[in-house]
Amino acid sequence: MIEAKGLTKHYGAKHAVEQLSFTVRPGAVTGFLGPNGSGKSTTMRMIMGLDTPTAGDATIHGQHFHDLRWPLREVGALLEAKAIHPGRSARAHLTMLAQTNHIPGSRVETLIDMVGLTDVASKRAGKFSLGMGQRLGIAAALLGDPETLLFDEPVNGLDPDGIRWVRNLLKGLAKEGRTVFVSSHLMSEMALTADEVVIIGKGKLISQISIDELLAQSSESFVRVRSPQGPALKQALEQMGAVVVVEDDGSLSVRGANEVAIGELAASIPVVLHELAPQTASLEEAFMLLTEDSIEYHGSQAPDSKGVSS
Amino acid sequence: MTNSPTATLERVSHLPSGHYRFVDLLRSEWTKLRTVRSSWWTLGVTVLLGIGISALVTAETRAHWSSMGPGDKLSFDPVSTSLIGLFLCQFAIGTLGALVVSAEYSTGTIRATLSAAPRRPAVVVAKATVYGVVAFVVSEFVSFASFFLGQFLLSSPARHATLSSPGALRAVFGGGLFVAVLGLVAFGIATIIRHTAGSIIAFVGILLVLPLIVQALPSSLSLNIRRFLPDRIGIDILSATKAFPNAFSPWAGMLILCLYAFVLISVGTVLMVRRDA
Ligand SMILES: Nc1ncnc2c1ncn2[C@@H]1O[C@H](COP(=O)(O)OP(=O)(O)OP(=O)(O)O)[C@@H](O)[C@H]1O
Ligand SMILES: [Mg+2]
Repeated sequence: MIEAKGLTKHYGAKHAVEQLSFTVRPGAVTGFLGPNGSGKSTTMRMIMGLDTPTAGDATIHGQHFHDLRWPLREVGALLEAKAIHPGRSARAHLTMLAQTNHIPGSRVETLIDMVGLTDVASKRAGKFSLGMGQRLGIAAALLGDPETLLFDEPVNGLDPDGIRWVRNLLKGLAKEGRTVFVSSHLMSEMALTADEVVIIGKGKLISQISIDELLAQSSESFVRVRSPQGPALKQALEQMGAVVVVEDDGSLSVRGANEVAIGELAASIPVVLHELAPQTASLEEAFMLLTEDSIEYHGSQAPDSKGVSS
Repeated sequence: MTNSPTATLERVSHLPSGHYRFVDLLRSEWTKLRTVRSSWWTLGVTVLLGIGISALVTAETRAHWSSMGPGDKLSFDPVSTSLIGLFLCQFAIGTLGALVVSAEYSTGTIRATLSAAPRRPAVVVAKATVYGVVAFVVSEFVSFASFFLGQFLLSSPARHATLSSPGALRAVFGGGLFVAVLGLVAFGIATIIRHTAGSIIAFVGILLVLPLIVQALPSSLSLNIRRFLPDRIGIDILSATKAFPNAFSPWAGMLILCLYAFVLISVGTVLMVRRDA
């Protein structure tokens, strides 16, 4: 269990994290979502005791990271920035880490095999591809078989096969009852991996919510209907209690009646239909809506593209 | 690999008693030191430069002994001459001392280290101990090897010494220790500065530039300050006889140098505890 209470970090005038409180429970994958620069990595560094909070507190099972008896056996982390000497081999890197917490060398070999670095374990890590480096970082995180795991953008640089591998790994770890906290700026990735998400923007908590709830909330769904007899259909639908909006292109956006009801109603009038299409806002759109006001770095937008719906 | 990824993970559900230990940190630091090439490079250069320069200078002295003036012959110190290479290899040892700290920062390894062992003072002490022991062993080896090779190359009729000559053993053993402690000074500088280039520049500056600056001061002042400078302390330790007036006694000088290293490392540790990694 990870708990953040009023976690705050200022770098000079920059408010990277502001009064952030959330709980990450064991037995589930908790996603940590936020746009670029929203403070995800900073929060993780504070949990790991690497950066000192300006205010507030982060604890693991009620303890500060600094006070853990066997840090590597209790918490494993893959942080954002590379934390590996390019001149050191993967095996040497894992060995020196294992030794700090009295973890046997056999465990190092097990992890090397598990992440698929067997053939390159003696090679200098500086020669590793992004994906191999990421696998080495994951091996380091799992070295002490910890109950709590933090991963900062673990699928960065991985190919589709690697992404699937990480996804299954995270789910597997959670299924074993561990606490798994994983950051991403992609809602779509989290939708596939996480059970719950902590969403932040500009260092502040926007929402902590389960993926199911988020899906329900965000399926701000409606049915798009196109008919040559639009006004007649609109009237009939409204009599049925649906809310109908006539769009610019003449199509109808219908809320409060599903495609089955609308189709049957149309047949009973009868009205000709040219289109009957249920629409669901994707999770990605829901995430965009939630974080709209707190995007740190907007891409420059050509003025004439303004108002053009995607 | 795509099948159940955690299948190979054995669950160690309960933690051992106690907490992570200092000896394990020592073991880890030793692994770190010996698993990067830069350690072997700097140590290799230390040995080659240290012994090589001493051999060159002593052989040269022997070759020109007959043409040396009587005054030069009288003031010739075979002990310090044979240890002259230490003044060059101190830069290589210092470079390693700076690197073992600064490379952790430049490569980001420090975050992995502190995620495994968050008690920062313990990490610094473990690192300093491992580096200090390695630097001491290598420096003593260079010092004794330089001495024996140097005395062998000097031979008659040139004046030469044995370990039992007055002050010789102290100079040879003290010389090795001096270089090792100087390495810890570089280590301490790096805990404060954290950047490789900056740390090495500061270290070299203290040894080469600071004496020049002090020399430019009014002589009464400069004489009193110079005896506190590491290069002077070094000359004093390496010489079998008193190198210059108002010098500290060799062991007092060594103590002062140890104090420098201690203060620098302590300041670095306090800063490390306060700063974000
Ligand atoms: N050491 C630092 N000094 C100054 N500012 C910092 C520091 N670390 C982070 N910041 C700033 O704090 C903010 C949050 O950064 P952080 O890296 O935590 O965001 P993030 O959510 O991880 O972003 P990304 O998705 O790009 O990884 C950013 O504006 C960043 O520039
Ligand atoms: Mg980040």
